[in-house]
Amino acid sequence: MVSRQHLIDPELCIRCNTCESVCKPKAITHDSRNYVVDFDKCNACGDCLPPCPTGAIDNWRNVTTPWSLDVQLTWDMLPPEGDAPTTTEPAATIEAGASEVPDEVRALEREAQRAQGGEAPPPWSAAHPYVGLYSKQRPAIATVSGNYRLTEPSSPVDIRHIVLDFGRTAMPVLEGQSIGILPPGRDEHGREHHVRLYSVASPRNGERPGYNNVALTVKRVTEDREGRPTRGVASNYLCDLRVGDKVSVVGPFGASFLMPNHPGAKLLMVCTGTGSAPMRAMTERRRRRMNLAEGGEILLFFGARKPEELPYFGPLQKLPKSLIDVEFAFSRDERYARGYVQDRMLARADKVGEWLESDDCFVYLCGHKRMEDGVLEAFAKIAERRGQSWSALRELMRAEGRFHVETY
Amino acid sequence: MAINYADKIPNNVDLAENKQLQRALEHWQPKYLDWWREMGPESSVNHDVYLRTAVSVDAKGWAEFGYVKMPDYRWGIFLTPPEKDRLVPFGSHKGEHAWNEVPGEYRSTLRRIIVTQGDTEPASVEQQRLLGQICPSLYDLRNLYQVNVEEGRHLWAMVYLLHAYFGRDGREEGEALLERRSGDADKPRILGAFNEKTPDWLSFFMFTFLTDRDGKYQLAALAESGFDPLARSTRFMLTEEAHHLFVGETGIGRILQRTAEVMNEQKTDDPEKLRRCGVIDIPTIQKYLNFHFSVTLDLYGSEVSSNASNFFQMGLKGRFEEEKLKDDHRLSDAEYPILEPVGERLVEKHHPALLALNERLRDDYIKDCQGGVDRWNKTLEKMGVKTKLTLPHKAFHRKIGVFAESHISPDGKVLSEADWTRHSSDWVPTKADHEHVQSVMKREVEPGKYASYIAPPARGINNQPHGFEYVKFH
Repeated sequence: MVSRQHLIDPELCIRCNTCESVCKPKAITHDSRNYVVDFDKCNACGDCLPPCPTGAIDNWRNVTTPWSLDVQLTWDMLPPEGDAPTTTEPAATIEAGASEVPDEVRALEREAQRAQGGEAPPPWSAAHPYVGLYSKQRPAIATVSGNYRLTEPSSPVDIRHIVLDFGRTAMPVLEGQSIGILPPGRDEHGREHHVRLYSVASPRNGERPGYNNVALTVKRVTEDREGRPTRGVASNYLCDLRVGDKVSVVGPFGASFLMPNHPGAKLLMVCTGTGSAPMRAMTERRRRRMNLAEGGEILLFFGARKPEELPYFGPLQKLPKSLIDVEFAFSRDERYARGYVQDRMLARADKVGEWLESDDCFVYLCGHKRMEDGVLEAFAKIAERRGQSWSALRELMRAEGRFHVETY
Repeated sequence: MAINYADKIPNNVDLAENKQLQRALEHWQPKYLDWWREMGPESSVNHDVYLRTAVSVDAKGWAEFGYVKMPDYRWGIFLTPPEKDRLVPFGSHKGEHAWNEVPGEYRSTLRRIIVTQGDTEPASVEQQRLLGQICPSLYDLRNLYQVNVEEGRHLWAMVYLLHAYFGRDGREEGEALLERRSGDADKPRILGAFNEKTPDWLSFFMFTFLTDRDGKYQLAALAESGFDPLARSTRFMLTEEAHHLFVGETGIGRILQRTAEVMNEQKTDDPEKLRRCGVIDIPTIQKYLNFHFSVTLDLYGSEVSSNASNFFQMGLKGRFEEEKLKDDHRLSDAEYPILEPVGERLVEKHHPALLALNERLRDDYIKDCQGGVDRWNKTLEKMGVKTKLTLPHKAFHRKIGVFAESHISPDGKVLSEADWTRHSSDWVPTKADHEHVQSVMKREVEPGKYASYIAPPARGINNQPHGFEYVKFH
C-alpha cells in the first residue's frame, strides 16, 4: 500500500512557526532543531502551504512505511526521493494513482488560468487524466521522431511541429493536457533549467493513431515580451532537435482544460499562434471519429499576424465544414481585412451568442496573454446584446467546467 | 470571514457597523498616505511591484500575488477569527473570560504597550527608505517593498486598536505615530534600535533576521494577551512577520554563499583580496552580526523589570508559547536565573520569575537566532569553508540592563575599558568596514541579475521563474 506523506524540508525551513500555527489537526510540531509533520494527524488540507515563506513546507513522498516523527526530527535534509521505504517502480506509482505536480508547474498553470476567474472543473464527460507520472528526478525519455516547420520558409516566425516517441514508456495524455520539457544543461547560475510546459497537439491515441507518440507545437523564441532580442532556452532547444535525439519529459499535467466526450458537445475555440496546439488535438480527435456521426460542431477563431505565420493553416482549410467552422483573423496582412480574433467573434455574434446559451457549449481560450482582454470583452458584448450578464454567464460556465483559459 | 472591499478600508471587523470608528479611521487614512509618500520607500510610488496581499485571514486567502502600485496597496484591518470562549491564559486573571473591552484599570498600560509596538512599524519603513536605490536585484527590491507594505499594515493594525478601544487618547496616539521620525533628534522613535540607520543591504538583512525576530517574539507574547482584540491582531501579524525573517535569513545566507564561492574560486580567505573581488568578507559579516544582535537584545529591556511583571500579572502580555508551557501560568513561586557582572566574572543569580520575564523572552529569542546561525554555518560547511559565524555572548556590547556599564567581549569575558578600546574594532564594524560594504552596494535592476556580493535565491517568490520582473519601473 503506497501513501503520500507530507514532509518539511529542514534545509529550507526557517522555523517561523506559521505552519504550526495554522495547522487545524495539529499535525505539525517542532523541537529545537526541526519542524515535522505527523503522518497520522495530517489530513493534507493544504492550509499550511500558502503561509510558508520558504516553500520548505511543500514536500510530498510516496511511501510504503511513513517516516516517524522521531526520525524526521533527526534530519538535516530530506532523504533522497526513492530512498527506502518509498516505491521506485513507475508502474507501481501509476497504480497507486500518485499525482505529483511540482510547485513550478502549479505556478505556471495558475498564471495561465488567471483569466478564467478561478479554478474550473473538467467537462463532465471528460476522460480521466493521468497527472504527474514523471518528475524531474525521474523523467520519461522520449525520442524525436519528427521535426517539421509549420510556417512558410519566407516568414521570420519559426513554428514547428515536433513529434516525440515514447517507445515502451507509458505516456497517456489527453487533448488539452501539457507535458513538461527539461532542457539539458544549466543556466548562467549553474542551476538546472526550469520546466517548460507545452500543450500536446496530438489526440490521445497518438500523433500517428495506435503509436505511442505525442506532437508539440513550438515557436522559436527570439525576442522577449517587449520585443528585445533574446534566445528562449527550451524553444530553441526543441526547434533544433533532430530525429533520433533524446528528450527528458515530465508530466503529464492538467486536469481541467480537457475536452468533453459526449455526443453533441459543441467546442468554441479561440486561439492565437501556438495556442492552437490543444485546438488541433481536439479537432483531430473529432476528425478521427467523424464516421461515428456523434454530432456537435467546432467553431474556431484563429488569429495570427499573417497567413504564413499561422500554424496548420493549410490542413485546417481542408477540413470539412460539417466538422469545423473556422474564422481566421490576420492583424498584419493586406490580402485580408485586418482584424483580431475578437473582431471575427463580433462578426459572428449570432452564432457565438446562441452557443453561449447552450449547456452543451464548451469554451477554450489559448494563446498570448495579450488577446485575453479583447476576447473577454467580445464575449461580454455578445452576451449583453442578448440581455445576458457576461459575468454571471462566465461564472456559471466556469463552475460547470465549460470555460477554460490558458494564456501565457 | 470575508473582507469587505466595498469599504474604503478593507477589514474583517465589520467597520461599516461602527460609523464613528469608520470616520475616525477614514480621517487617519489620508494622513497615513501622506506619511507613506513622504517617508515610505524613496521614489517608488509609480512602480508596479509584484506583492502579496491578504484578501482574507484564512490560510487560503491571505497570499494573493499580483502587481500593485504601493500607495494602492490594500492596507486594512485583519484579525484572526475569534476563538469561542477563549480564556485569559496566564496572570492573576487566568481562567477568566478574555476581554473584548479594555479593563478600565489597565487602560493606560495597555495603550502604552500598543503604542510601543505600533511605533516600531513605521520606524522600520523610515529606516529602510533609501535602500531601494542600491538594491542588489529586482527580487530583493520586491522583498524590501513587501516588508515595507506589511510594516505599514502592522501600523494599521495597532492604530485600529487605538481608535477602536481608546477613544480620543487613542486617536491622538494614532497621529503621533505618524509624526515621530526614526533618527530625528527632536522627535525620535520610541525604541533605540529603531533610530539606528539601515544604510546598506547587509544591515537590512541583519535587521530583518534579528530585529524583526524581536518583533516576532514581542508579537508572540502579545498574541497570548487577555485583551482579545490585541491577541487576534498580533496573531495575524505573526503570519506576515514570517516573510520578513525569511528575507533576512536567506539574504545573509546568499551573501555568505557568494563570499564562499569567491573564496573557492580565488583560493583565499584574505579579506583584502576578497574585498577587491566585490564580495563581503566573513569577518565583516561577523561584526555586523555582533552589532545588530547586541542592539536588538537591548530591545527586550532590563533583565529585572517590574513593568514586565505587571504586564504579565495583569494578563496583558504573556510568555513565548505561553499555552504550551507546563506550569501554573501565574509564576507565584517560580524563579529564573539572570546573569550579571560581579567584579571580573559573570554570575548567575536567581530572581523571582515574575520579575525576569524580559530576560526569559530574550533567552527564547537567542535560541531562535542560534538556529538561523547554524543554518548559515551549514551553507559555509557545504561549500568547504571552515570559518563559522557565532552569536556573541548576550552580555556583549549592551547599552541597556545589567551589562550597560561593563565591557564584555563576544565570548563573554569582562574587560577593562583599555582592553575594550584596543579590541572593539575587531568586534563591531569600523568606518572602513562600513565604507567597504557601502562600496559594493551597486544598484542592479536588470531582471535575473544580482549584485556582485550576493547569490541568486534558490527559488523565486511564488515560484516565479528566474529572471521574473518583480518590479516594473515607469
